[in-house]
Amino acid sequence: MLRLDKIGAGYGHAQVLHEVSLQVSPGEILCLLGRNGAGKTTLMRAVMGLVPLMSGAVQLDNVTLSDLPPHDVPRAGVGYVPQGRRLFSGLSVAQNLEIGLMAGGQGMAMREEVLDLFPRLRDRMGQAAQTLSGGEQQMLAMARALCLAPRVLLLDEPTEGLQPSMIDAIREVITAMCARGVAVLLVEQRLHAVLSVADRVAFLEDGRNGPVIPAETLRADRALADRYLGV
Amino acid sequence: MDLGPYLVLATLEGAVTAAVLALTAVGLSLVFGVMRVVNIAHGEFFMLGAVLAWWIATSVGGHPAFGFGAALIMAPLIVGALAMAADMTILKRLDYDPERTIVATIGLLYIIQQLTLMGYGPEARPVEAPFNTRLAIPWFEHGLEGWQMIWPWGLGTTSYKLAVIGAAVVILCGVWAVMARTRLGLVMRATQADREMALAFGIPVERVYAITFGLGAGLAALAAVLIVPIQQAHYLMGADPLLLSFIVVIIGGLGSLPGTVLAAVLIGLSDGIISVFFSPTLAKIIATLLVALVLVFRPQGLFGKRAA
Repeated sequence: MLRLDKIGAGYGHAQVLHEVSLQVSPGEILCLLGRNGAGKTTLMRAVMGLVPLMSGAVQLDNVTLSDLPPHDVPRAGVGYVPQGRRLFSGLSVAQNLEIGLMAGGQGMAMREEVLDLFPRLRDRMGQAAQTLSGGEQQMLAMARALCLAPRVLLLDEPTEGLQPSMIDAIREVITAMCARGVAVLLVEQRLHAVLSVADRVAFLEDGRNGPVIPAETLRADRALADRYLGV
Repeated sequence: MDLGPYLVLATLEGAVTAAVLALTAVGLSLVFGVMRVVNIAHGEFFMLGAVLAWWIATSVGGHPAFGFGAALIMAPLIVGALAMAADMTILKRLDYDPERTIVATIGLLYIIQQLTLMGYGPEARPVEAPFNTRLAIPWFEHGLEGWQMIWPWGLGTTSYKLAVIGAAVVILCGVWAVMARTRLGLVMRATQADREMALAFGIPVERVYAITFGLGAGLAALAAVLIVPIQQAHYLMGADPLLLSFIVVIIGGLGSLPGTVLAAVLIGLSDGIISVFFSPTLAKIIATLLVALVLVFRPQGLFGKRAA
């Protein structure tokens, strides 16, 4: 289980997150919603150790992730799909996947397993990452994270700028990962994009905890969700 | 002697300069490409390689090949280890901040230079080449009896100079193989592409930086060991390689290894040819002018990528 215990984080002296607590269980999809600047991406980066914590702790089962150097966080089983994909652009598709495999100490069997989820990447293995289409780049970003066989998957707006067919494909993979017992923390701006897959929805308001509501309740009462998002 | 033989002679001298320059500049380019650190002390690592080569060769004694062979292996390793130590104790503490690391490497430059002056002295000292056979180069002339092969007086080189060119080519191929075909190269290129994502995918970026800084300095030292039987070791000898390396790296494209090698060949050959026919100072002026033109018309260099 991934547990964020009253974490505070920010950049320099500017604190963005204030005592945020969350937990995501294995096989659960927790969606984090909030307006622009609410601190969603900062929260993801704080879990990865890319933003130093000012207070609190991040734990994965019995391991305190916030005590580890950043490069040991993925090795502990946390896969990250950042906003804007951020692929290793000069490297090929195969090399991007290899970086993921190295991080998780995985072999070619894992690569094959991941490629079964994204068959379109099989034909692009030698191609440079930056020459892929937007949808294919997002697939590669997901595949790279899955190559390390994560126990927790952090997805920061994975459907941003994608066409509907791609969004469906990504959604299917997220559901499949969840079925395998992976805990998924999903950041999205658009509520409708996540309600069909999320188990719970956590709202983040100006860097502080908002309510955590079962997705089922929000599916039944859209007005409630719109109120929290201010739309 | 006609112009042609002189041109061959100048080209050969330029090829030696280009070979050594390519090695030195590739080290500088690696450090900038992967770490985004402008290493002003790079020329001092070159100088340290030459001074250590003299010290090792003198200590070993016997046939010059033994001393030179030991220097060829040990000097780059020692310089690389010193550079790694400098990275871990200085650059890492500055969080590899581009501006502050420039100031820090300027400080490092003076520390290395003055310590060398204190320990080694102001004299220029030679290292004996392991082999140095004089090789005459033939020339072809059209006379009354048609084309004839002649051996013009003064047109020649040495086996050692040809070996330097060959060794540089082999080492550069080795660097390419490491970058393109090994896991170390893969993690270095991933770190170069996106430092933060490299961390997010388990790459110990600070260790990669230390290795890169050591490798860059080691390449400069290796170049110095190769050149020190031709140019003597001296505590101020780092300035020219530093200037020329920057010229080459800017022309080739910051962080681009193929661009760096191509620019080193261009600058090295032009330096050799212009130095023979005119003067070494004019060669430096033209190279600097070329950099100015590149910065105005193609700021990213020949092979560099334009910043997004």
